[in-house]
Amino acid sequence: MARALPATPLEWGSSRRRWRSVLLYLGRNRSLGAGLLLLLALFTLVAAGHAFYDIALAEPLSASPGKPPSARYWLGTDKQGRDLFAVLIVGTWLTAKVGLLAGFFGVVIGTVLGFLAGFFRGWTDAVISLLTDVFLAVPPLLILIVIAANIKGSMSTDSMVWIIAALAWREPARRIRSQVLVMREAGYVNTARLNGTGAFGIIFKEMMPNLLPYLMVSFVLATATAVLASVGLEALGLGPQNEPTLGMTVYWAIHYSAFLLGMWWWVLTPVITLVVLFVGLYLVTAGLDELANPRLRTGGAR
Amino acid sequence: MIRVTKRLGLMVLVIWLAASINFLLPRLTDRDPIEERLAQALGDSGGSAVGIEEMVEQYKAKFGTDRPLWRQYLSMLGDTARFDLGVSINYFPDRVSQHVLTALPWSIVLLGVATLISFVIGTFLGALTIWRRSSAWLARIVPLFMVLAAIPFYLVGLILVYVFALVLGWFPPARGYSVGLNLGWNPTAIADVAYHAVLPALSIVLAAIGIWALSMRGMMVTVQGEDYMNFARAKGLSDRRRFWRYAVRNAMTPQITTLVLSFGNIVAGAILVERVFVYPGIGTLLYNSVLLVDYFLIFGCVFVLILTVAVSLMLLDLLYPLLDPRIRAGGEAHG
Repeated sequence: MARALPATPLEWGSSRRRWRSVLLYLGRNRSLGAGLLLLLALFTLVAAGHAFYDIALAEPLSASPGKPPSARYWLGTDKQGRDLFAVLIVGTWLTAKVGLLAGFFGVVIGTVLGFLAGFFRGWTDAVISLLTDVFLAVPPLLILIVIAANIKGSMSTDSMVWIIAALAWREPARRIRSQVLVMREAGYVNTARLNGTGAFGIIFKEMMPNLLPYLMVSFVLATATAVLASVGLEALGLGPQNEPTLGMTVYWAIHYSAFLLGMWWWVLTPVITLVVLFVGLYLVTAGLDELANPRLRTGGAR
Repeated sequence: MIRVTKRLGLMVLVIWLAASINFLLPRLTDRDPIEERLAQALGDSGGSAVGIEEMVEQYKAKFGTDRPLWRQYLSMLGDTARFDLGVSINYFPDRVSQHVLTALPWSIVLLGVATLISFVIGTFLGALTIWRRSSAWLARIVPLFMVLAAIPFYLVGLILVYVFALVLGWFPPARGYSVGLNLGWNPTAIADVAYHAVLPALSIVLAAIGIWALSMRGMMVTVQGEDYMNFARAKGLSDRRRFWRYAVRNAMTPQITTLVLSFGNIVAGAILVERVFVYPGIGTLLYNSVLLVDYFLIFGCVFVLILTVAVSLMLLDLLYPLLDPRIRAGGEAHG
């Protein structure tokens, strides 16, 4: 069994020792370490690309169409004359942006709802729980398809964020609610209550700090779900038509039967990038889950 | 029974929600889907816009969009409740239900078989990883499946198409059956359909195994700490018997709950798999209706998919007591 991390990060000493223990922890929590490494590699590439590569080549008709990977076009070009390496750089960022923003809004809305339900109980809880249950019963993609199909023409990455955020609050709301339900019976909350601390004080001074790891997990999870939903919508052709997100690239590649034209690089570029992104996000979530919930630590043979 | 009733109630709410969104959104954005579609159709066929007004009026009367909003809404709800999905815009005289019903069996068989296979393999692998006597390679391979589970089915599908259909040429890259095949219940047709289904099914199976393995592993960890496991060991029961009758048997019940929770996402994920393989199911139909902006057909597909999820979950709810004697005996137990 791996030794547990010190309970509060605040107890750690100088920043160098702190970094060292972070690295040591990442060595033990291999899932988190590997996930962060994957995401770091991907976004270093994206950042470097933004700095050193001509990303204007991600526009249609800016390169000669249908070229295989070469020294000039590292990952080849698609049929509409986009340089796929430039698409990778711009698209990964756009896709990540949609995921991060939608995930963020989802967690914020979900946390507020979760707190309202878990802390105040009563009919507030009943209404919010019913709402969460109804929305959790829907395969989110199906409702998103209905929404997106109705505003197809005018879709942009910004509207994409809002559409996806409209359903991204469900999981965080449920997670936070059950966590708040546990915490409100905890000793330190009762002590605070007996001390005469008001609801606000209890929520922000006592509960929030303890909830941070859960919020972090919820955020990464919501981001991963949002990326999944946005890429899914885009691959169905419901994304922003003029922006080279990874999902739209997959959509155009399938739409023009890239494989049958022999243009494997057109499909594999966005697909492999997405695989790296999804696996990275999954590993980070799994790792963070372990961090937030030490009981999950199996630590080798059992 | 309360569980089933609750599930039914939730699903009615969900379908009402989807129907309302589908009804309200186009009207909120102040666009006229039918006029837009007709103008587009005319433009596509190179026709002139002469007499389009008249046509629009006729279509509006047909689809009922010239009545007051609340009456449209009520009649839409009534139609939905009667499973009347209306008329397709693109395949005009055709009813939506006609197209949906042709596509549905393809999706159900593909999804059903793939889910069953992945459930059995995943559950078994997940159980084995926690069992003390399992081999070391298993402990390495199962995490691999869990990572695979993070990747959407259709991306796995695209990679499979590339490797097994284009590079190796072992399987057809697309379609549900060979061109010119006479569909029917004869061995040639069944073999051909099965052959075409291998890659689409495999992309679902590969990515879904991890889902089941992960949740089964969690359950097995809990079960292994139970007293009855030690008791069975003390009684001197064989390893095999303890594994199947004591550990797996008890860890299986919550596994069904996981199936209930994940099924909706599996259905949604399969939509895109069908699109990748141009498989003749609901997913491809949905994709085509999105492409042609056929609002009625889009809603029809979504409606049927939600209904499929609801019905499958209700079947599972009914099946649940057979697996868990505690529910059979004591009515409403844990969720």
